Amino acid sequence: MSTTAAPAHWRRMRERYRLLGSKCETCSTTFFPSTRVCSKCRRKGKIVPIEFSGKGKVFSYTVIYSAPKMFEHYTPAIVALVQLEEGPKVLSQIVDCELNEVKIGMEVEACFRKLFEQDRSGIISYGFKFRPLDDRWKDYYKIDLNLKDQKKGRPHT
Amino acid sequence: MKVGIVGYGAYVPKWRIRVENIAEVWGQDAETIKKGLGVEEKSVPSMDEDTATIAVEAARNAMRRACGVKGCEIGAIYVGSESHPYAVKPTAVTVAEAIGLTPNVTAADIEFACKAGTAGMQACLGLVKGGYIKYGMTIGADTSQSAPGDVLEYTAAAGGAAYIIGEDNILAEIEGTCSYTQDVPDFWRREGSLYPRHAGRFTGEPAYFEQVTKCSKNLMEKLGTSPNDYNYVVFHMPNGKFPLRAASLLGFDIKKVLLGLVVQKIGNTYSGSSLLGLAAVLDEAKPGDRILMTSYGSGAGSDSFSITVTDAIEQKRTLAPPVKYYVNRKSYLSYSIYAKNTRLFKG
Amino acid sequence: MYKKREVAIISAATTKCGEHWGKGIKDLAWEAGVKAVEEAGISGKDIEYLVVGNMSGGMFVGQEHIGALVADFLGLNPIPSLRVEAACASGGIAFSQGYLAVASGLYDMVAVGGVEKMTDVEPEQATSVLSGAMDFEWEAYFGATFPGLYALMARRYMYEYNVKNETLANVAVKNHFHGSLNPLAHFRNKITVEEALTAPIVADPLRKYDCSPISDGAAVAILAPLEVAKKYTDTPIIVEASVPASDTLSLLKRRDVCTIDATVNAANKAFQFAHMERKDIDVIEVHDCFTIAELLAMEDLGFCKKGEASKMIDEGQTYVGGKLPVNTDGGLKAAGHPVGATGVRQIAELVKQLRGEAERGRQVDGAEVALAHNVGGSGATAVVTILSRRGT
Repeated sequence: MSTTAAPAHWRRMRERYRLLGSKCETCSTTFFPSTRVCSKCRRKGKIVPIEFSGKGKVFSYTVIYSAPKMFEHYTPAIVALVQLEEGPKVLSQIVDCELNEVKIGMEVEACFRKLFEQDRSGIISYGFKFRPLDDRWKDYYKIDLNLKDQKKGRPHT
Repeated sequence: MKVGIVGYGAYVPKWRIRVENIAEVWGQDAETIKKGLGVEEKSVPSMDEDTATIAVEAARNAMRRACGVKGCEIGAIYVGSESHPYAVKPTAVTVAEAIGLTPNVTAADIEFACKAGTAGMQACLGLVKGGYIKYGMTIGADTSQSAPGDVLEYTAAAGGAAYIIGEDNILAEIEGTCSYTQDVPDFWRREGSLYPRHAGRFTGEPAYFEQVTKCSKNLMEKLGTSPNDYNYVVFHMPNGKFPLRAASLLGFDIKKVLLGLVVQKIGNTYSGSSLLGLAAVLDEAKPGDRILMTSYGSGAGSDSFSITVTDAIEQKRTLAPPVKYYVNRKSYLSYSIYAKNTRLFKG
Repeated sequence: MYKKREVAIISAATTKCGEHWGKGIKDLAWEAGVKAVEEAGISGKDIEYLVVGNMSGGMFVGQEHIGALVADFLGLNPIPSLRVEAACASGGIAFSQGYLAVASGLYDMVAVGGVEKMTDVEPEQATSVLSGAMDFEWEAYFGATFPGLYALMARRYMYEYNVKNETLANVAVKNHFHGSLNPLAHFRNKITVEEALTAPIVADPLRKYDCSPISDGAAVAILAPLEVAKKYTDTPIIVEASVPASDTLSLLKRRDVCTIDATVNAANKAFQFAHMERKDIDVIEVHDCFTIAELLAMEDLGFCKKGEASKMIDEGQTYVGGKLPVNTDGGLKAAGHPVGATGVRQIAELVKQLRGEAERGRQVDGAEVALAHNVGGSGATAVVTILSRRGT
C-alpha cells in the first residue's frame, strides 16, 4: 500500500458514507456490499442500487482490547456483526454504548463516524458505525401535542 | 416569494464533563466558576467524532425535517467551524458526499470563529433569492479545543446545527439579515497552534457586546421592529452570562432569551452555538412567533436575522430529534477520558 | 473426480516453531528441507517439483518470490518452484497442490514446503499483515482483527448452543498439555483452566490462551507415487485425499456464522474420495487458530453434531488416549502458528503419529488413519487431508 492509498480510500467511500448496496429485483434479495451478480438468480437477476435504512440488530459482538495499527487509541472498541433490517449483515463498531450494555438482538441505527486516521498528517477515513436505537426523542413531541390537544379539548391518543 | 428555513437539524455528542471534574484538576473552586460562567457542564465528542461527523448528523436531521427535499435539489453547502478536520480539504465535501448532494453542488468551508455558520446562511439566502439554486444548506459545527487550565476549558464544547434555506414549504421565514464587522483581536488562533488565545476581559465590551448590540439594533432599525415585536431572542453563547447581558442592553425581556440558552448544559459549541439556540427555539415556537438571532464571531463580527415561524413548523419539527433530547441524553466522563477523547495528551 | 495414481509421503519434517531471532526465511526453509531430505534418504537432485506455502513474505520481511527463494537456497534449481497462498491455509493448499502434481502422473518426486517468518515486525504490524486474510475493505477497514472475527463467532456460538468459557479453556489446557510433551512446540508450558479464564482479554470472550501465537517456522514433506515411495521407506504414508474448498471471504457474508462451510464441503469430498468414514479416523490435527475454531472444526468435519463438541471436550475425549485425540502436538496454540508452514507441520505430526514415532505420552496407540484440517482466514479456505498406513 502506498503511504496514503488515496484511491483505495475513495473507491468505496460513498458506500461507506451512505450504506449503499444493491438489490436483485428478480428475487428481492438485498446485498451489502453491493454485488454485480445475484448469487441466487445469477444472470437472470436484475440488480439495482439501493440505500439501506441503517436500522438493524446486533447479531454478534466482541470487545477488542488489542487493537490493530491505526486503531490503537480506540480501544476498548465494540466490534459487531449487525444484521440490517433488510437482511444482509455488516461488520462495524457499536458506539455511544457502555461495554456491558451491548447484547445480541439489541436494536441499532447507523451513524456517521471516523473510522481511523493515517496519523496526524494523513487521510481521515469516515464511514458507518452503529449506535443503540433510541426513539425516545419522539416523546418530546407527544407531550407537546398532548398539551395542545388538552387545551383544545381533544382526547389525546 | 418568501425565503426562509425549509428544514433544520441539531446534534450534540452524548458525553459530558462537569465543571467540578475540570476544576479539581486545576485546584479551582467549581461553585465560583459555575456562578461566574453560568455553565454547569459541557459536551465532549467521542474519540471518533469530529466536526465532519457532527455536521453530517445535523445535516441528516435537517433533511428529515425538510421532508421531501432531494439531495440533488440542494445546490450549495457551507460548513462553518473553527475545528475543521483538515486545514486544506473542506468539511463541506465530506458532508455533501455523506448526504447525497454531490456532484452538482457548490461547496466551501467558512471560517469566522463562532459565526461561520450564520455567514453561510447569508450566502445561501443570496443564492436562493438570486435564483441560482433551489435550496442551500449551511452548517455550524465545532469540536472546539481549549488549552488545558485555561478558563475556556470549562466551556469549549462540541455540537452543531444545520439549516436548509429555500422558498418552498418554509417552516420559518427569514425576513431580513444584516451584519456588523470590525477588526478586533479579541480571540484568535495562528496556523499550526494547537489552541486559541484570547485577550481576557477585552473579549467582552469592545468585542462581543459592541458587535452583537450594534448589529441587532441595525437590523431592527432596517426592518422597523423593536424588542417587543419578538417572542424570542437568541444570541451567541460563549457562556451563560453574556447573552443575558446583551438582552438587557438591547431592552429584551430576559425570559425571551431562556428557551435558546442551551449553553448552561452543553457549553459553548462555537460555530454551532447560535444555530443550536435557534434550533431549540424552533423546537417549541408557535406559528406566528418571531425570533431575533444574532451570532457573534471573534475577530470580530455579528450576523443578525429576523425570523417568523410559519404554520408548517408544527408538522415538520416532529420529524427529527429536538435539541432538548440531545441535551438530556448524556453520560458523564472523568477528566482522564475527556483528555483522551479530546487528544489533550501528546500524540 | 478419480485418482490417476496413488500418492504417498516418504518423509515430513518440521523445525521447532517459535521466535527464531537468528534465522530468516532462507534458514528456516533450509533447516526443514534438509531434515526431510535426509529422513527420506533421497538426494535433493531427485526432487522434480517444489510447491511452497507462504502467506506474506512480502509484508513480513519484504521478500516475495518465495518459490524461487526456497528452490535456490535448497539447491533445487532448475526444477519448477512456486509459492501458493491461501492465508493461514497456505501450507495445506501447498500440500494439496503437491499431491495433484504426483497424482496427475507428471512428477515422481515432489517437495511440499511451508514457511513463515513473522517476528521481524512488531506484533501490531504482524496483526495488521494477518488482516490481509479477511476482507480488507469491509472487515479490517472497520476495526476487525482476527481475534475479533473469531470472537464474533465464539460469542454467537456460545449464545446459540449455550456453551461456557470453561469449554474454551479446556481446549487451551489440553493443547498446552500435548505441547509440553513435544520438543518442537513453540510453548512447552502446561497451563490450568484458572489461568486460562483469568488471562488478559484479547477480544471478548477470547483471552490470551485462546489465541495462537505469532511464530517463525518451516516444514517440508516429500511426496512420491506409492510404488516409488516403497523404495525409500517401509512405512509410506498414503495420501487418501487432499481436498480444498472455499467459502465467502468475509464473515459477514457467511451462510451461518457458527459453521465453516468450506470445512464441511472439503471434509465431505475428502471422505468420499478416500472411500472412508468418520469412524475410521484415529487422530486429527485441526486448525485451532483460536480455541473456538477447534470446537467448530470437530463439528464441521463431521465428528460430532453442531453444538455438541463441548461435550467431548469437557469429558477429556480429545486428549491422547481419549475417543478422538485432537492436536496431539499442541496444535496451533502450543506447537505454534507460522502461518504458511502450519498446514505442512500438521502433516508432519500425523506422519509421526501414523509411524508410532511421537514422544511418549502423546503417541496415539495404533494410529492407522489420520486427518489434517487447515483453514485460511475466518473460513474462506479449508483443506482436509486424509492419511493412512493402509496396512503397511
